[in-house]
Amino acid sequence: MTGEPEVVTTTYERLYNWARRSSLWPMQFGLACCAIEMMAVLDPRHDMSRFGAEVFRSTPRQSDLMIVSGTVTEKMAPVIRRLWDQMPEPKWSIAMGACATCGGPYRTYAVTQGVDRVIPVDVYVPGCPPRPEALIWGLLHLQRKIDRTRLRPVSAAR
Amino acid sequence: MSGAGPAGEALFGLREMELNFGPQHPATHGVMRLKLKVDGERIVDCYPIIGYLHRGTEKLFELHPFFQNVPHTDRLDYVAAATNNLAYVGAVEKLVGLEVPPRARYIRVILAELQRISSHLVWLATHAIDIGAMTPFFYCFREREVILDLFEQYCGARLTLNCMRPGGQPYDLPQGWVDRCGEFVADFPAKVAEYEGLLTENRIWKRRTVGVGVLPPETAIAYGVTGPMLRGSGVAWDLRKAMPYEAYGEVEFDVPVYANGDTYDRYLVRMEEMRQSARIVRQCLERLPGGPIMAKRPRVLKAAAEAEVYHAVEGPKGELGFYIVGDGGPNPYRCHVRPTSFMNLQALPEMARGALISDLVALIGTVDIVLGEIDR
Repeated sequence: MTGEPEVVTTTYERLYNWARRSSLWPMQFGLACCAIEMMAVLDPRHDMSRFGAEVFRSTPRQSDLMIVSGTVTEKMAPVIRRLWDQMPEPKWSIAMGACATCGGPYRTYAVTQGVDRVIPVDVYVPGCPPRPEALIWGLLHLQRKIDRTRLRPVSAAR
Repeated sequence: MSGAGPAGEALFGLREMELNFGPQHPATHGVMRLKLKVDGERIVDCYPIIGYLHRGTEKLFELHPFFQNVPHTDRLDYVAAATNNLAYVGAVEKLVGLEVPPRARYIRVILAELQRISSHLVWLATHAIDIGAMTPFFYCFREREVILDLFEQYCGARLTLNCMRPGGQPYDLPQGWVDRCGEFVADFPAKVAEYEGLLTENRIWKRRTVGVGVLPPETAIAYGVTGPMLRGSGVAWDLRKAMPYEAYGEVEFDVPVYANGDTYDRYLVRMEEMRQSARIVRQCLERLPGGPIMAKRPRVLKAAAEAEVYHAVEGPKGELGFYIVGDGGPNPYRCHVRPTSFMNLQALPEMARGALISDLVALIGTVDIVLGEIDR
């Protein structure tokens, strides 16, 4: 150590929040057009690993962030709900793009008008599709939100 | 290796098992589901189950006037929006009877060929990741970003371009665009050589692709397979040559054809197509004519009653067609899409029978499906 303090005092809350927001593992789960832009945030230009969220997992059991990237159809909605239920707590979700937010241009018989009818959503990212920068904006917003999390004992009701 | 061995039978008393693949699987390129019948590691049969991205696009076409439908076409095959635009506006122009000015035709060819390169880059990146090679993804997306920048400078969007209108082009090329595009297509063949250096003679790549998923030419034709899938099976059929549209009759290019019909040959076809696309763009930039970019047209396009038309273009994946019926009003009475991936997907069970489960991801990659187009 070069003159730096060897002891840092912090609260459990800050430590937990710091750890959780700095290593979000998204689920590799592409639905439609937005998934192509979700791939683009991993490319050398945008590089989401700068924000600690590049480890895309193929299984819900290992991930804590669901990026709903694209149109949610009535046929797909139950699958999304099941995948969400399979993710371990704590977990967060981002509704990427107009379709996942509210159905977007598809006001039809086949499309669920927003993924928030199926799962809880933390951050809505606008765009059709959102630019990769917009998804990174959504991620930063989510990180800010995680930073405000209060640690409370889990109640018996849950 | 195979569960057909005597030990497997004695142990379980059955040989075939049903396995679900998708709709959430990183290798299905979206939300496709496959029901597999497997015998150990061998695939006995494979049933694609589609519809997880059915958004009712064809119905939406009927609710909007002809020119307002262009944005909906972007979201069919979303990695090749310009090609969808081209097919749709071509069909509307045939239906209404509009003559496109030469400058607009050249701009369209440039955009469509850049889009072909970008689509093939996405295909190569995902195909290589599925098989286990990570590096090509970063190389491909590096070049793809340059193309998307060119699109963005032209029309403001990266992915869903909405860059064509019935009768011509909405905008002229911005200042300096021709030079920037020229620089890109001059550099691009060297980049393709980089990708080929990673994969073409790579032993692992060849072991995973050579002789995998062989599609004989007569089977391919019987299933209505088009595009690189068909040309990898030795059939020289390309709509750009067979029935030239826009400015394709005025440029020189070769149609690569390979005869073995396996995954490796389809890979070679697409790599060569990227080079040829760069060649087409280079020629178009050199010969770009002046003049107007939009034909004289009425504010509201109306088709004659009971007029019907089919117009197809050669997209990155194969023949993409629009069949439009008019009823005298400003909206299409019916608009049917002939989606390339839907037809090509039909050949997947044919290729998968007898293959290993691990080869299935290579086969899905080589078909190059986009679910937006299959389910619509």
